[in-house]
Amino acid sequence: MSALTRTQRLSAQLGILIGPASLFLAVFFICPLAIMAIYSVLAPGTYGGVVWDFYPHNFGRILGFADPDFEIYDPVYFSIFLRSLKIALITVLLTLLVCYPAAFQVSRLPERWKAFGLFLITLPFFASLIVRLFIWVLILKKTGFINVALMDMGIIAAPLELIYTDGAIILGMVYIFIPFMFLPVYASVEKLDWSLVRASQDLGANGIQTFFRIILPLTLPGIVGGSIIVFIPALGNFIVPAVLGGAKVLMLGNLIEQQFLSARNWPFGSALAMLVMASVLLLLYLYIRFEARRGDEAPAIR
Amino acid sequence: MRESIIRLEGASKTFPLPEGGTVVALDRIDLEVSRNEFLTLLGPSGCGKTTLLHAISGFVQLDGGAIWLDGEDITDVPAHRRPVNTVFQNYALFPHMSVDRNVGYALDVSHVAKAERDRRVGAALAMVGLGGLEKRMPRQLSGGQQQRVALARAIVARPKLLLLDEPLSALDRNLRQAMQIELKNLQAELGITFIFVTHDQEEALTMSDRIAVLHKGVIQQIDTPRNVYDRPGNTFVATFIGASNLFEGTPRRADGKLSLVTAGGEVIHAVESCNKHPPDTGSVTAMLRPEQFSLGGSGDTRSEAFMDIIVEQTVFVGSNFEILGHTAAGRKVSAVVPASQVNRIAEVEDTKRARLNYDPASVHLIARQGPQA
Repeated sequence: MSALTRTQRLSAQLGILIGPASLFLAVFFICPLAIMAIYSVLAPGTYGGVVWDFYPHNFGRILGFADPDFEIYDPVYFSIFLRSLKIALITVLLTLLVCYPAAFQVSRLPERWKAFGLFLITLPFFASLIVRLFIWVLILKKTGFINVALMDMGIIAAPLELIYTDGAIILGMVYIFIPFMFLPVYASVEKLDWSLVRASQDLGANGIQTFFRIILPLTLPGIVGGSIIVFIPALGNFIVPAVLGGAKVLMLGNLIEQQFLSARNWPFGSALAMLVMASVLLLLYLYIRFEARRGDEAPAIR
Repeated sequence: MRESIIRLEGASKTFPLPEGGTVVALDRIDLEVSRNEFLTLLGPSGCGKTTLLHAISGFVQLDGGAIWLDGEDITDVPAHRRPVNTVFQNYALFPHMSVDRNVGYALDVSHVAKAERDRRVGAALAMVGLGGLEKRMPRQLSGGQQQRVALARAIVARPKLLLLDEPLSALDRNLRQAMQIELKNLQAELGITFIFVTHDQEEALTMSDRIAVLHKGVIQQIDTPRNVYDRPGNTFVATFIGASNLFEGTPRRADGKLSLVTAGGEVIHAVESCNKHPPDTGSVTAMLRPEQFSLGGSGDTRSEAFMDIIVEQTVFVGSNFEILGHTAAGRKVSAVVPASQVNRIAEVEDTKRARLNYDPASVHLIARQGPQA
């Protein structure tokens, strides 16, 4: 006689299957996260490390209640946070602007060319990120390709400030995040049922009406998904600002890196990281609420 | 003839094939449909019927020819500006919109005032028997209900012409038959011209005022269901619609009687007056529907119009028996006789021989190989 019921056997099998992944995440993700969460409310040690006292002023330094014994509130950190938010949002917008029309183009290609188009989009993953960013340095710097070319043609007299600007960072971010936006957007565009577009035209809707009433709502899941996938790493990114922003433009990612590696103020670095995570979680929460509302009204695509 | 609502002249369309070459989907089609008519485009898949429908709705640009709708040349008018609506084969309901918004779509995009819009959406839904389901999403409806929503959505703007692209093909048999009758009633009630595309001949025969049989981009015959069935214009129509026995031969007249002699020596008797243009010379095909035969006894010589066959198989199909066999010359013949002739059928099964009687007046002669391309 079998000692286990069918349900028990199933849950045992499930446990074996997802056990290793869960264990891995618990050890290498949840634990460090918990440590960071705890550190973020502890006082920094004088020579690095932490002092085990409750110390809310790590967050205070950013949000406006700095430790009165130690410093006066400096809004620089908060403005770095705002600027990172702004750059991440602009990156999302620009990648979307590039990828959405491109996704339609690729989805209408013949089957053979479609696979090739997707291959081209993912091609940048085959080269090192650092190498690809340094190529932009070569293109943008004072003696770089663009400036030299423009000066040789006599269009400008002195080199333009192209590199080490917000613009350079945004350019670099858009460049590296395009594939991340393209793939989810493409997936939902590819799934779009063109007979619905025809039905819309048949019922008298012009191109603009068809786009806003049919095409956009039906591809929105891909747009939202792509935006989240780009926004999250863009907000915390530190490589692009480090390479293309020089020392001039500081973003959250660099600030956190500095706190951990140079300033050795781990609690403050942790607090900054928690803040990044909080804004991402807030965004995900809004997304889930939006999806739930859509789910009531809209179906899974049949 | 009633006033025509749509007229096509020399409509032509050629598509390139992916493997090279081209296929002619429409070959200089002339078609005229009257106001309030129920016309069916019938043909095998690939015959051009869907292309013809798309040419009328505006999704296919013609290579040549012209289309007039209600006296207006619409050949170059884009799809969204044609007062023509379509019920799509897969319904194409907008999955992110409620029934109400689906049905109201045509009115919403043309900015009809709210009160008027709501009244017309309500009326359209009531007409298809879906009142009260306004808030449902398409995925929450059965196939039959989705079909009705698609229908309501297409009629709500009162188009001059309603196109139906195999709308019943996804429904099960009972529902399909119920919908056939409902569609016919709906058409009478609305007073809108319907052009219905199907590959199902039974559907075409049941519902249509006229049937246009398409094959290879050419209208083979356009006529009432009765005439298309009883008097097919060519052998394609004869074999595509219903089962038929075709005998090709040379006409012969003797003692004022018309008959046809095949190469195998079979003689088919016909009646001159029942065939409008009995041909005098050349090859002619005689058509006999299986149900036009009846079983005669072996010694029955009352009529000279009979055919002796060697029986291969008898199949019981409910109310009828189907007898499959061949003539002495080896030509396949099928006959359908009422199951009530049970004694004679037993005899046929015993002897493997049957004498099939027919009425010479029911023999249809197909004069020439009409348009077949």
